[in-house]
Amino acid sequence: MRLPTAPRAALERLRRDAVFGLAGIAVQFLALLVMSVPWLIYDQAASLPAVLLNVALPVGALAALSPAFTRTQRRRFAALRGVDIPGPARWGWQVRYNLLAAPAIACGGLLAWILAVVGLEGATVFLWRPLVGRPKFLPTTVVEAYLTALGLALLAVAYWLIGALARLDVRLATAMLGPDPAKELERRVEDLTERRAGTVDAADAERRRIERDLHDGAQQRLVSMAVNLGLAKATLSDLPEEARKVIDEAHREAKEAIEELNNLVRGLHPAVLDDRGLDAALSGLAARATLPVRLRVDLPERPAPTVEAVAYFVVSESLANVTKHARATEAEVTVVRTGEILRVVIADDGVGGADPGRGSGLTGLVGRVGSVDGTFDLSSPRGGPTVITVELPCVL
Amino acid sequence: MRAVIAEDSVLLRIGLVKVLQTAGFEVAAETDDADGLLAAVEEHRPDIAVVDVRMPPGFTDEGVHAALLIRRQWPDTAVLLLSQYVEERYAADLLTAHTSGIGYLLKQRVADVEDFIAALRRVASGGTALDPQVVAQLLVRRHRDPLDRLTPREREVLEAMAQGRSNAGIAEGLVISESAVAKHINSIFVKLDLPVADGDHRRVLAVLRFLGVG
Repeated sequence: MRLPTAPRAALERLRRDAVFGLAGIAVQFLALLVMSVPWLIYDQAASLPAVLLNVALPVGALAALSPAFTRTQRRRFAALRGVDIPGPARWGWQVRYNLLAAPAIACGGLLAWILAVVGLEGATVFLWRPLVGRPKFLPTTVVEAYLTALGLALLAVAYWLIGALARLDVRLATAMLGPDPAKELERRVEDLTERRAGTVDAADAERRRIERDLHDGAQQRLVSMAVNLGLAKATLSDLPEEARKVIDEAHREAKEAIEELNNLVRGLHPAVLDDRGLDAALSGLAARATLPVRLRVDLPERPAPTVEAVAYFVVSESLANVTKHARATEAEVTVVRTGEILRVVIADDGVGGADPGRGSGLTGLVGRVGSVDGTFDLSSPRGGPTVITVELPCVL
Repeated sequence: MRAVIAEDSVLLRIGLVKVLQTAGFEVAAETDDADGLLAAVEEHRPDIAVVDVRMPPGFTDEGVHAALLIRRQWPDTAVLLLSQYVEERYAADLLTAHTSGIGYLLKQRVADVEDFIAALRRVASGGTALDPQVVAQLLVRRHRDPLDRLTPREREVLEAMAQGRSNAGIAEGLVISESAVAKHINSIFVKLDLPVADGDHRRVLAVLRFLGVG
């Protein structure tokens, strides 16, 4: 018989919840087995200390066995519910789950099954009543109808209860058998930090790779081409005027292409940064700026490569911004390492009024600084001066 | 005149050979690493070695070390270093040790064939050639010091001196007369408190002071 989808899904859900709940009840029978051991030995224990002992001892034993129960419960959740509860569990909470929550839910489960059986009996009264004659408590068909309705209602309650208990169990177990939420959060933060560092490093490595590829490929070819054109220009003196012009033009364009490519690489990740560090890379940058830049770099030792790359990018973008927007006559770049902090300050004497919100290069800057947990501070009152202060952790 | 070339990029090496031959040099050997270079210099005793700074195996500053070694061991061989980028500290290292027969240029300058050949000849005959970029990079480090007392024009003259140009070359480059150049140079000597000595030595001292190594 093919049932329509919705009832079929409901039945399937009921089957899963029921199996899950019954397994939970079965685990509690294990617990009862442990509880009952002393009662088998002291069979006529009457004195108060003996009773206390008979209760305290098995409860203590259950508490001690809690990790084993937790493991069993975890397996039950994973196998029957598809819920993986990660460890490590906290002692107090797993004891509370195993001694209080799980037995309570098992009791609820038993109640649900009792309701289900009684409900089934009531609902099917029209089927079995003719077989047993007419008992005294069923004087009329009307009462039988009431009983059927009551039975159906109980079945509905049992159905609901089994589902609700399964859901409740999942929630309680995840909370009580799982790891400390604070620790879990800490672990997650650690995990994410690690992963982000990986992403940032990967992006960095990619920039380096592009730089190398450009250097080994296009750049070499362009230089070679410019050299050949230069040679032609220098040696072929008996060419017609027009041919000379064409060679001249080509030579100039080849040199411009080299310059453009160099600028691109400089904005990306220049080789000098890896080879010689921030100090050397920044002096190249400062020297190429279109306004006078004073540079002071004080680095007793090199920071992590990713941090160097970010610091370089910060100076590169900031100087580009100064050139484009600040109308400054000079700029000053200071890079100092104090302990584990790399401090990069770019100051100019321009018109100020820089706003990171207005989609300038500053937005990208803030993002890149944030990617290594750095801080970005901008002071740019109208009329200037503009000071950008970036602090980066030297070790990631 | 004879030259050896040490450059690991094949394309640029081919170009360099052509440029050197155009300039009238005989290329005695081509190598692609520092060891090969030293062996070639030992064997051929060339007038000049044209050397890439970044070579195998380390791809960092093998060329600079080789250049210092060559200048010490074979003083008759001048060295012209070529580099993808310039590092002013290399320039300082090179010029503190040797103030003649040393050049340090960006690779892309080779494309300006005529200027490059002029620099090549200057270095081969005991002069110096410093890339303008080195000079610019040195300027960004200058803070309050005697160099601040120079006028912009005097500074230009000093930059040109640092690049290794003669008075005539400076005059041509700045479009001023040679006597004006001489006047500026004298003024530079005075402002930098350089001792009275023979002209060439003072000139070198001025450049070294400018490079921050004197």
